[in-house]
Amino acid sequence: MNTASFRRLRGLLRKEFLQILRDPSALAVAFVLPTVLLLIFGDGVSLDARNVPLALVVERPDTLTASFTSQFEHSPFFRPRRFLSIQTAERAMAAREVEGIIWLPSDFTRRAASSGNSPIGVIVNGADANNARIIEGYLQQVWANWLIAQARADGRPSPLPLAAQPQVRFNPAVRSRNYLVPGLIAVIMTLTGALLTALVIAREWERGTMEALMVTRATMREILIAKLIPYFLLGMGGMAASVAIAVLLFDVPLRGSLGVLAGASALFMLAALGMGLLISSFARNQFVAGQIAIITTFLPAFILSGFVFDINSMPPAVQVITHIVAARYFVAILQSVFLAGNVWSVILPNAAALAVMAAIFLGAARIVARKRLD
Amino acid sequence: MPQSDDSAAAVRLEAVHRSFRSGKRVVKALDGITASAARGVVTGLIGPDGAGKTTLLRLIAGLLRGDSGRIEVMGIDVARDPLAVQARIGYMPQHFGLYEDLSVQENLDLYADLQGVPPTERKEIYNELLHMTGLGPFTARVAGRLSGGMKQKLGLACTLVHPPELLMLDEPTVGVDPVSRRELWEIIEHLTRTQHMTVLYSTAYLDEAERCNAVLLIHDGRLLGSGPPGAFTAEMAGRTFFAKAKLGRRRLQERLIHAPGVIDAVIQGSQVRVVTAAAAPPDPAKLVAMAPDLMLTATPPRFEDSFVARLREKFTVTAPRSPLELSPVAPTARSAPDNVIEVQHVTRRFGDFVAVNDVSFTVARGMIFGLLGANGAGKSTTFRMLCGLLPPSEGTLQVDGFDLRRAAAPARGRIGYMAQRFSLYGDLSVQQNLRFFGSAYRLSGPRRRARIEWAESEFDLGSTLDATARDLPLGFKQRLAFACALMHEPDILFLDEPTSGVDPLARREFWRRINALAEGGVTVLVTTHFMEEAEYCDRLVIMAQGHVLAAGEPETIKAAARTSARPDPTMEDAFIAVIKAAAAPAVAA
Repeated sequence: MNTASFRRLRGLLRKEFLQILRDPSALAVAFVLPTVLLLIFGDGVSLDARNVPLALVVERPDTLTASFTSQFEHSPFFRPRRFLSIQTAERAMAAREVEGIIWLPSDFTRRAASSGNSPIGVIVNGADANNARIIEGYLQQVWANWLIAQARADGRPSPLPLAAQPQVRFNPAVRSRNYLVPGLIAVIMTLTGALLTALVIAREWERGTMEALMVTRATMREILIAKLIPYFLLGMGGMAASVAIAVLLFDVPLRGSLGVLAGASALFMLAALGMGLLISSFARNQFVAGQIAIITTFLPAFILSGFVFDINSMPPAVQVITHIVAARYFVAILQSVFLAGNVWSVILPNAAALAVMAAIFLGAARIVARKRLD
Repeated sequence: MPQSDDSAAAVRLEAVHRSFRSGKRVVKALDGITASAARGVVTGLIGPDGAGKTTLLRLIAGLLRGDSGRIEVMGIDVARDPLAVQARIGYMPQHFGLYEDLSVQENLDLYADLQGVPPTERKEIYNELLHMTGLGPFTARVAGRLSGGMKQKLGLACTLVHPPELLMLDEPTVGVDPVSRRELWEIIEHLTRTQHMTVLYSTAYLDEAERCNAVLLIHDGRLLGSGPPGAFTAEMAGRTFFAKAKLGRRRLQERLIHAPGVIDAVIQGSQVRVVTAAAAPPDPAKLVAMAPDLMLTATPPRFEDSFVARLREKFTVTAPRSPLELSPVAPTARSAPDNVIEVQHVTRRFGDFVAVNDVSFTVARGMIFGLLGANGAGKSTTFRMLCGLLPPSEGTLQVDGFDLRRAAAPARGRIGYMAQRFSLYGDLSVQQNLRFFGSAYRLSGPRRRARIEWAESEFDLGSTLDATARDLPLGFKQRLAFACALMHEPDILFLDEPTSGVDPLARREFWRRINALAEGGVTVLVTTHFMEEAEYCDRLVIMAQGHVLAAGEPETIKAAARTSARPDPTMEDAFIAVIKAAAAPAVAA
């Protein structure tokens, strides 16, 4: 690179940094957008059942039913409400005021005493199938715990022949947030990265400054590099903020090394910024550029990256499509680095895929960008 | 640079074609232009909006490729080596290509870096440019906070940091105040004189043609004429007159337009300027019938006369119909005040920026009232407040006795509004637009049908009824927007820059209709930055930076600028005089 070219690049970079400092919109996209999205989604998106509203219908309360229902009252998973009849409870469920009903019929205590085999009614709202299954599982666990406790109190042997001893690896607390938040970071940074470059270049088109730049001696390569460097730094800053929120606010463990995290993020950021550059060569106003960025990066990343929906359970054709979603590789790396540590068998192939995607997007952006308006 | 090259043209265009796709239509932006621009002089690229000026400049700069034909700049084929051309030219696009977040100095530094100006030479170049543009005291100011005229000069300075061999300016004076316009021309003349710079200057203002050394007159992508401006006006020698009669200028104009041998009649001050088809005054015998006391005096021709004459010859323009079939307006209630519009001490602030500062004026019924000013003078803000779209920070505005911000629909229904750049629904057809605006003004059934029919015939929209509004040529868009604003037969009309960019014939048609409406009792409030349009108004105010600098009849405002050196000042002279007068106390203090 000769001095003239270096001087042009330096001039463009200085201009870009001055604009970032004076027009807060780029800083907002880099820092405020990921922070706000992460706080909203990170707090809201959870696949754990907690405080599930539950109807308790005890037709003839006594000490036995009380010991059973107290199990629910002390459970962190449920928020029980008492109903006097099964009909009112069903009405409440129809109105989605409760997600499930525990029904102890009037002969519950009598049959328990006489046969030791007393049925209870369990009704779960199946409209949200996933939720219903989780509630059902929790219910059974509570039920089993109670039975064991009852047996112990009576000095009887455990009614259940087997006791499973589940051992959960990598996420011992089975907090869905621990794997959702890293995935969420990948999804959010996809949007942020693409928006950063797409919007700032579209803004240059809108204000007519791109036209003026093109008639100067600056080459297209210099113009693109001058866009890439500042917004790469900005995007990495946003990434660091997101990781800090995940670790400090959401208590997500970070078991891998920061170096691996930074390296993978850098590759991913290049791919996302490259995507933004590519968008900007087609969309020449900020509104359209923003729309395209959301549709082509955020939505696919949300659905096809495997961050919520398991890729292996998708139809084969859709699985193939997921390979062109850069977030997919980043989600895999992030979940590994956060929850498991530096698992190289996961990190290396995914990082290689990210590098390929970054090269493709940046290369395509370079080829498409010509010093012409048509 | 070899001096022998000087005789060769700086720019050569050979049969240049370029079309664009716009929806289903293919627009021929440039349709076979063959021309050249000489070195060391100013060549004007003159034509209305959509003529192809910007496309041509972009082709010359290598930013677009032509469909066919050949362009040479300084002997270099642009299509083959655009970078070599770009290294030798300076190009200021519309809106000046400035970074509004950067200061004056930072903009200059950026362009100096990009154009490879060695750091050791910068100080001297900056000093010269800042002195020339008068921007010296403002180097630390952010470009976005400069006035339109200062932005224009900064844009020019940025393209001059590395003095180019060919300087191309795309409509540098659109919406800029006349003082800045004059200063820009002084700079350009200085550049060609001292540095022998070649300048290509595009503009839609026809009066700027007379300041160029040579002119390329472009219309609809074709070259309508080329040569020194004097050659254009020479063709019109002996064909231009002032007419005066007791009849009143609007009626006189309306009659003269239909007089045999007259190709143009426009109002100028209290008189009507007439252009004839041949080098002779219109036959007095035929004119006596229309105005017995008609007085004709010869006047020198202008560039615009030649443009109008060429347009009338080359294009079959819809002949002005006679008499104007504008529907009479229902007489308004007796109780209505005589002053239809009253604006009293109105101020509007946006943050700490004062867009409109203590503005007062009144408009009487049936009057054409003009707001004249550069971009950023506060015209549109005043307009939006009058229409009730924006509340004033201080003061009161009343339209027909109502504050439109609080008035009910019936009061609003008496007002027709034509927004800047014609707010039409681009995806709807002409007919659908008419229907929609009819319904929006609560017309329905037979009344709406009748009004749509009226609009179709009155504005010659019949042939384009099914065309989508987006694909219409600019002149049609303007007519459609005007028709939409008139659907409900309003008796007050707000027109915001209604003639921006349309060609002189379309502008004349438009003003004839406004005149006819005013004769019928409609009150018209119009904003414009065309100086000559101010002449068509009954009264006007000149605005600059939110203030009203002058108010009155056009003749009175012009008369105030009369000096012994300039016995017959133009509206532009008057505008400059009031701006200078307003600035003078500030300088003294």
